[in-house]
Amino acid sequence: MTAVRAHGGKVVRYALLILVALVFVVPLYWLFSASLKDLREIYTFPPVWVPTDPKFSNYSEAWNTAPFGRFYLNTIIATFFGVLLEVVNALLTAYALVFLRFPGKNIIFIVMLAALMIPIHVTILPNYLTIASLGWVNTYQGIILPGASVAFGAFLLRQHFLTLPGEILEAARLDGATHLQTLWYVILPISKPMIVTVTLISVVTKWNDFLWPLIVTNSTGMRTLPIGLSYLFNQEGASQWGLIMAATIFVILPVLLLFLRWQKHIVSGLTSGATKG
Amino acid sequence: MLVASIACVHVEKRKQSIGSAKKRRVERQHLLFLALIAPNFLLLGAFTYWPMIYQGYLSLTRWNMLAPQKTFVGFDNYTNLFSGSEFWGVLFKTFYFMGAVVLGSVVLGLAIAILLNQRLRGRNFVRSVVFAPVILSGAAVGLVWAYIFDPNYGLMRTFLEPFGVSSPDWLGSTQYAMPALIIVYLWKSLGLSVVIYLAGLQNISKDLYEAARIDGANKWVLFRHITLPQLSPVTFFVVLTTFINSFQAFDIIAVMTGGGPVNATTTLIWYIYQEAFIAFRAGTAAAAAIVMFLLLLVITVFQVRYAQRGVHYK
Repeated sequence: MTAVRAHGGKVVRYALLILVALVFVVPLYWLFSASLKDLREIYTFPPVWVPTDPKFSNYSEAWNTAPFGRFYLNTIIATFFGVLLEVVNALLTAYALVFLRFPGKNIIFIVMLAALMIPIHVTILPNYLTIASLGWVNTYQGIILPGASVAFGAFLLRQHFLTLPGEILEAARLDGATHLQTLWYVILPISKPMIVTVTLISVVTKWNDFLWPLIVTNSTGMRTLPIGLSYLFNQEGASQWGLIMAATIFVILPVLLLFLRWQKHIVSGLTSGATKG
Repeated sequence: MLVASIACVHVEKRKQSIGSAKKRRVERQHLLFLALIAPNFLLLGAFTYWPMIYQGYLSLTRWNMLAPQKTFVGFDNYTNLFSGSEFWGVLFKTFYFMGAVVLGSVVLGLAIAILLNQRLRGRNFVRSVVFAPVILSGAAVGLVWAYIFDPNYGLMRTFLEPFGVSSPDWLGSTQYAMPALIIVYLWKSLGLSVVIYLAGLQNISKDLYEAARIDGANKWVLFRHITLPQLSPVTFFVVLTTFINSFQAFDIIAVMTGGGPVNATTTLIWYIYQEAFIAFRAGTAAAAAIVMFLLLLVITVFQVRYAQRGVHYK
């Protein structure tokens, strides 16, 4: 009797597991399959699940309908330099806060944490005015610089540096290493997983960023991928779903690949506030 | 005597030079400290702190962003916001959206986390697919779902029709546009609360369950009296992060509804964007942004205070 009930419970649990999996897989499958459908198969009901004659030309057509090559270039430049600046800033700030002496260091730390309460979404208007007065609308520095400071990443690295054993640093100092040498040759190698985590979170955030690049660019040639995608959608309307889904794949594929390779780091970074907070 | 005093002076001098060498070293360290934090703090100052102050000033002016002069109007922008019904509607829609998303994140997040915490085959795969949408572009996710919600050819119709329900024109109706956005936002962000809850579940000591089981507690009692109270700090964290994140949801709204139809999905962040960059009413936009900042501040202060009280939990 209990065996039967336990068996029944197992069945229910597996059914629920499959249901959850379907809720999350089906929209993604729907996206991939639609990107290969021609218009005839898009405009049928009930829908076609497997495209009978995969139309790969949706991809080339989408690529040529809007300047996706240019969108890619812009996104890669904005992401690369944005992440570089953010990670270097996080490293230098965290190192200074942990390993260097300075009067009132804790106040500086608190001032930095206060920045966490001012998300970039709240300051779009004054930041736009600043960038416009510098003549940086439609420039890479205009897209990159407002997001190049870092509070949360510096906070994470600081908490991590505090856990490092002091003997290692003592040894480096006795060998006559300067602070920058210590940071580069000692701290960096032993903190690699944490730095990878901070970097990945930064990459994903900047790649997907929408509101700020939307505001600070207005020429098609300076748009980034997510905005280029919505531009294509506005241009083509809801009539060209095959084309639009193909373009959607342009946007998400690099991040998906990153996720497949570094899933653990990304998950731990995004939840670290919960477990260490 | 003389020799002694000379020796003494000599020692004093050496002490002084050691002292000044040390002082120099300390000063060098101070300079290095400033040099290392300077780039980050210059950027924080220019693009985080200063804009907040400037915004406070802008919120007291009337300005169309083109005229060379701003007109100082005192608190007019605030009184105008709160005396009309439009802004109250915006606040209501913002909290409707956030409330539903928070509720869904807690209930569904916990339920799925409990399911994925069981020893089931394939659970790692399911964990990955549940989490994957978290890292995808909101604009991309929004467009996929705009297609799913298509009233004639979308997937939603396929699933609703067997139950005898006809799929509404989700994004075109004032009634269903907001629920549609809530579904999409939940689908995209749920994975985050699932993994946070999973970490929380794994931190609960197995001994607690053992002891209760020996006392003859059934599964519901275990859940009600061990799992839920043990998870309460985690739940609090999920509630606050979801609140703060969903407050800023913009890209999904931008591609799916554009705040419409008829302002049905105009949340606070969309309202600020619209006032500033479509209507060019800088003062109103700044005042609304200050309101948004104050709401965030209240939530954050609440979080910090709770976190301090919650320490005894560990």
